[in-house]
Amino acid sequence: MTKSVTTPAAARNSPSPPPQWEYSPAPESAAIGRIRDRYQMYIGGRFVDGRGEDVKTINPATEEALAAVSTASIADVDDAVTAARTAYQQTWSRISGAERGKYLFRIARGIAERARELAVVETLDNGKPIKESRDVDVPTASAHFFYHAGWADKLQHAGFGPAPRPLGVAGQVIPWNFPLLMAAWKIAPALAAGNTVVIKPAETTPLSILVLAEIIAEAQLPPGVVNIVTGAGDIGAALVNHRGLDKVAFTGSTEVGKQIQASLAGTGRRITLELGGKAANIIFDDAPLDQAIEGIVNGIFFNQGHVCCAGSRLLVQESVADEVIDKLRARIGTLRLGDPMDKNTDVGAINSAAQLATIRSLTDSGDAEGAARWTSPCPVPDRGFFFPPTVFTGVAQSMRIAREEIFGPVLSVLTFRTPDEALAKANNTPYGLSAGVWTEKGSRMLGIASALRAGVVWANTFNRFDPAAAFGGYQESGFGREGGRSGLAAYLDTVDQEDS
Amino acid sequence: MSTAAPHRSIPSVLPPHLQDVAADESSLRRFLDGLPGVDPVGVEQRSAGLATRSIKKAAKRQAIDLAISMVDLTTLEGSDTPGKVRALCAKARRPDPDRPDTPHVAAVCIYPDMVAGAVHALAGTGVGIASVATAFPSGRTHLAVRLADTEVAVTAGATEIDMVIDRGAFLAGRYGKVFDDIVAVKQAAGGARLKVILETGELATYDNVRRASWLALLAGADFIKTSTGKISPAATLPVTQVMLQAVRDWFDQTGEQRAVKPAGGIRTTKDAIRYLVAVKEVAGPQWLDPYYFRFGASSLLNDLLMQRRTQTDGHYSGPDYVTVD
Repeated sequence: MTKSVTTPAAARNSPSPPPQWEYSPAPESAAIGRIRDRYQMYIGGRFVDGRGEDVKTINPATEEALAAVSTASIADVDDAVTAARTAYQQTWSRISGAERGKYLFRIARGIAERARELAVVETLDNGKPIKESRDVDVPTASAHFFYHAGWADKLQHAGFGPAPRPLGVAGQVIPWNFPLLMAAWKIAPALAAGNTVVIKPAETTPLSILVLAEIIAEAQLPPGVVNIVTGAGDIGAALVNHRGLDKVAFTGSTEVGKQIQASLAGTGRRITLELGGKAANIIFDDAPLDQAIEGIVNGIFFNQGHVCCAGSRLLVQESVADEVIDKLRARIGTLRLGDPMDKNTDVGAINSAAQLATIRSLTDSGDAEGAARWTSPCPVPDRGFFFPPTVFTGVAQSMRIAREEIFGPVLSVLTFRTPDEALAKANNTPYGLSAGVWTEKGSRMLGIASALRAGVVWANTFNRFDPAAAFGGYQESGFGREGGRSGLAAYLDTVDQEDS
Repeated sequence: MSTAAPHRSIPSVLPPHLQDVAADESSLRRFLDGLPGVDPVGVEQRSAGLATRSIKKAAKRQAIDLAISMVDLTTLEGSDTPGKVRALCAKARRPDPDRPDTPHVAAVCIYPDMVAGAVHALAGTGVGIASVATAFPSGRTHLAVRLADTEVAVTAGATEIDMVIDRGAFLAGRYGKVFDDIVAVKQAAGGARLKVILETGELATYDNVRRASWLALLAGADFIKTSTGKISPAATLPVTQVMLQAVRDWFDQTGEQRAVKPAGGIRTTKDAIRYLVAVKEVAGPQWLDPYYFRFGASSLLNDLLMQRRTQTDGHYSGPDYVTVD
């Protein structure tokens, strides 16, 4: 056989100067968001002023005020729960499933019709890149309503007995990382199952759910079926502890989740919690490496790492660790950080000054504990809350950056030698929300996936969401599921009826 | 960004881990089959993501000129005549006669018996003359015939040779046969730059595209090219992405920069810009050069010219204002 010939026959004498082709700014128009000066709460089918102080919500990319938002007092929470109870008793529990589905379909279509506006509102208020709010948050929110609209008249076929009953009034508290999407995850299954809701958005991101309130009003949903109260943690606490509720659903920090569980113990109220995570993303040496690099990047830098199921711990087999880290750094170097409204921005703003401080404090602990920090060379804007993509190598299980949820664009890299070691390290966490496994070997994929203690395991992909797939965690990541058939069960009285 | 760069051979020393991979059939097979797999869902997801880049204003104007300068203006029909090729050459050297600042294309791509006419028409223009050879498009004949085909083209004055690989041998797992063929054609091509057409539409899987890319690079391909244009699907963004990743990996491991040419099915400016985004973000900005990236196309050029006029004139002018050749 001929020896390889590798000499290029023709090569240029002098290399041309490196070509410069930079993308011009491509900003989405902020006017599309039709941001108003002031927003009101939505109770009993009406937009009302709360009796709390107005708060300013800011654009985290500029630190400028976006709008004033009326907030609730404890008395407003009472009003909202009363409105929800009345609506439950007088209309929502009496109408047919097909009728409930009709309203949910209308809301789904309303979201789709106002998708561009909602995407702009979300990006301005949250700081996430417009390409994510446009391509992920808003379409997935619409999809959740479409999916659950379809269930509304088929509950008797869902496997929960011949006539599953709704629970009643649900109190729901959602976080700031996916404001509209989390609202959809909470409201759509509750309504499909025949419950009414009182929901509180996060203090820093109230706007998109208040635009959703307009869509709900336009859909002529009976008054009181969905009530939205705004405010900080005290209003959230007043809501989840309200005696008028039958069900509490919370997405947020493990710390607050524990308080809620403690205070609700013995009340008989149903509860589902979707809390923090410290997901392992496991790369075996036989993985499709280039796609694994994409999965790592998507796993930790999607939504600036403000994702409870983020793949924040990279577990990579030692034999490919150097190659993976080199390729990963090169890939991260192509991520564009900056103005979230620019359609070519990959990494947007950190949602708040407080969260930026948390990220800084935890990454400082990584330095102090001896991990090696690498920061993307991307330029960082001089105003707004930004944190460049960061990778720590040489991380040990004992370090805080390997154990605590950072909720930012910070990846901790650990290595392993054998599948057992990978599994032991992956499961060595009080959390258990999600995990990723990368291997081309089917038997290994199935074996590892079934041994991982995580509610969601992604196989050769990461951070993929679908309304039909159940999402939820183990241990300190919470309990209960959202999405799919098991997500419906969280809003149905199935105790006496479940057919297994 | 001239395409007719003076010839100079770079002594190539492969790193130790690549030195013996082509020593015999079994080591070649071990190496190619041992390359990391390509996950189709992931590749297509990345391509879809790259396609959402919004290229406007100055970036778009620059991209259009860059794309024009990367076109291998192609006619590969049984009905080709010297007159048709003369017209193609005129278009290649001055794509938009009303706008003399329009760059010329990289090369014309024609059949071997048309090369002599093109040499005459393009003398001194800097436009390359690429000839398909090796019994294009199927390549289904004896090696001696394929080599003779190559020699005819080179003797007539082709500066670039677009060969096809033996897909039958590749799919049968006879990688050594494919390797030896490429080496032999490379030799026959002499100083002409060699483009190796993988015909990815017949290789079917991304794993095969990656293996064939590495096989061609090991055998000395100056370019790896997706398609003949005679098989559907021709070039796609995910396939090109896999090939761009292969030349990037080759560069990282050997220090040598090789070129990529998607061909067939790229018809609009929007398509072309998506490919340029992939070049920039997957291979790297140093590939944004007609020496390292080409578009094999015919109708693409006129769309680029119309969009170029839209950008410079501020309005769309319509297909009657660009020449049909």
